[in-house]
Amino acid sequence: MPSPRTLYQKHIDSHTVCDLDDQGHVLLYIDRQVANEYTSPQAFSGLRDTGRKVWRPAATLAVVDHVNPTAPTRTAAMPDAGGARQVSYFEENCRDFGIELFDVLDKRQGIEHVVAPEQGFILPGMVVAAGDSHTTTYGALGAFGFGIGTSEIEHLLATQTLVYKRLKTMRVTVEGELGAGLTSKDIIMALIEKIGASGATGFAIEFTGPAISDLSVEARMTICNMAVEAGARGAFMAPDDKVFAYLQLKPRAPKGEVWEQAVERWKGLYSDHGAVFDSEVSLDVSALEPMVTWGTSPDQAAPVGGRVPDPASQPDPILRQGLQRALDYMGLKPGTPLNEVVISHAFIGSCTNARIEDLRDVARVVRGQRVAAHVRAMIVPGSTQVRDQAEDEGLAQIFRDAGFEWRQSGCSMCLAMNDDVLAPGDRCASSTNRNFEGRQGAGARTHLMSPAMVAAAAITGHLTDVRAFAPGV
Amino acid sequence: MQPFTTISGSAAPFLAANIDTDVIMPKQFLKGIDRQGLDRGLFFDLRFLASGEPNPDFVLNQPAWQDAAFLVTGPNFGCGSSREHAVWGLKQVGIRALIGTTFAGIFYDNCQRNGVLAIQLDAGQLKQIAEVISVPATAQIRVNLPGQTIELADGTRIAFEIDALRKQSLLLGLDAIGTTLQRAGQIRAFEARHLAENPWLG
Repeated sequence: MPSPRTLYQKHIDSHTVCDLDDQGHVLLYIDRQVANEYTSPQAFSGLRDTGRKVWRPAATLAVVDHVNPTAPTRTAAMPDAGGARQVSYFEENCRDFGIELFDVLDKRQGIEHVVAPEQGFILPGMVVAAGDSHTTTYGALGAFGFGIGTSEIEHLLATQTLVYKRLKTMRVTVEGELGAGLTSKDIIMALIEKIGASGATGFAIEFTGPAISDLSVEARMTICNMAVEAGARGAFMAPDDKVFAYLQLKPRAPKGEVWEQAVERWKGLYSDHGAVFDSEVSLDVSALEPMVTWGTSPDQAAPVGGRVPDPASQPDPILRQGLQRALDYMGLKPGTPLNEVVISHAFIGSCTNARIEDLRDVARVVRGQRVAAHVRAMIVPGSTQVRDQAEDEGLAQIFRDAGFEWRQSGCSMCLAMNDDVLAPGDRCASSTNRNFEGRQGAGARTHLMSPAMVAAAAITGHLTDVRAFAPGV
Repeated sequence: MQPFTTISGSAAPFLAANIDTDVIMPKQFLKGIDRQGLDRGLFFDLRFLASGEPNPDFVLNQPAWQDAAFLVTGPNFGCGSSREHAVWGLKQVGIRALIGTTFAGIFYDNCQRNGVLAIQLDAGQLKQIAEVISVPATAQIRVNLPGQTIELADGTRIAFEIDALRKQSLLLGLDAIGTTLQRAGQIRAFEARHLAENPWLG
């Protein structure tokens, strides 16, 4: 009888073209790739320079998302010459190599990791690689996704494979019932705080447990998306009926008999009983409180009812220095209650938290309220389809009435590669994934939290426990 | 790709934890369609003051390390964004190898694809190296990839591990795509079977 295998091992085994050594290196077949305008240009130039072709153009979907503006009225004009050149070269490459492109005016445009699932381009059992670290998002669908650099994009375009080293496996079991006002963002932020920003480096994470089963598919995407902030090179969950229901009506999902056949196969995508993981982590979320970051690394987080930590209490000199540097950058004093930290900006967007369910959460908090006078508040939907749906559901009107800017889709102020950039000293409550120094603008300060928490902060003007602000949300 | 064999030069200590690729290569330098000009962007907010002058406190602006061939790094170096521009920038200022305890996965692979050797040591070994190279007079080291050793100016020799596959590729400066395409027949056969077994993948 074959030995029990983890879900990760099943994915890698079924995609191994051949072993390359006895150290775990394999030539790994990749089913799908998503490409963007900023990490792909040098890969296409490499193909042009060497006269190589794209192995299977239909395996790649191209989306403009990182550099485009998000001003409420959409145009094809880019905010700067560099971005314009990247977009025009992207169009040229897609045309010349036969790759399907959603350009900025396409009704299906949006952030690649929001667009690919909503199109049904990503399916359970797939192995997916893309030139963006948040490709881990696809794990919520039972696909194994991971980020790669530009040289690897070129390798993938030319060969449909990657030279890949098998990872160690980590099982994260999430137990307990999530309290009212808490979201999957709070779960993943608590996990990152617990295991650290490199706690899963070298690992593929499988999330399991009742608290994961309870979540919607979109909420699960938030968890897999941010697993990379703990260093995981991939993170996924066994697909269940919620995943199959989510996918069934998507434009590119298989239909008819092929659908039935696919679902039967997908039902076998789980870790076998008795499969051994290299690491086991458990997290009980019953007593979890809404999380916010106070530092410049995603693991520098605390419950919103907590305080800014004191570097003096850290015995290790290098860690103490790092902590002090983070507080200096963030302009925070040790001991300050987090819910007294005053913000200047509120940003709801990104591949982590800008799907329709996130926007519904925000609408529940801000309905009938007004953004604080000193706050600039922006909502950048994850895709143009999400934007249209939010319009149809009346959410957009709630946002506008509350004083939010209701914008077009793109990566926007998550990484500020377009013209949505914070100024030095600005302080932003953000539904994004990284609070790195300079991430949202040189000298700007980012506090990560759930979309509902950003919404509450936008209204009060300071970090706020959404449960106290809007009971029952 | 430029082969890596044995290289001597100064090693700059840069030991903060979790140095992310946004810090290594800020966003304003990501707007190219080629690899040019990234030497300017490397560690931009750390290397330069608001006035545009070099920041004298930053290690790569100090005489002993301004021509460094190596960086000795803190844990989880290269975390965050997949941007390969970070590695291109390191190469363009002359960095040939990184010596640290842990590197983020995508960054580590990006180094390999660009002929930059990323050496992983345990914390004790790293501390030993950091102490020696942090003194300007003993900042010079020699990294010997064929022999898998780092030689310090005080005569200490530290062995390191590397996968044979990665080592071979670095030593020869191999074109990874060309190497893989030698297996095109195998890939094609795998693909035909895989798509037949999973018709929804086609």
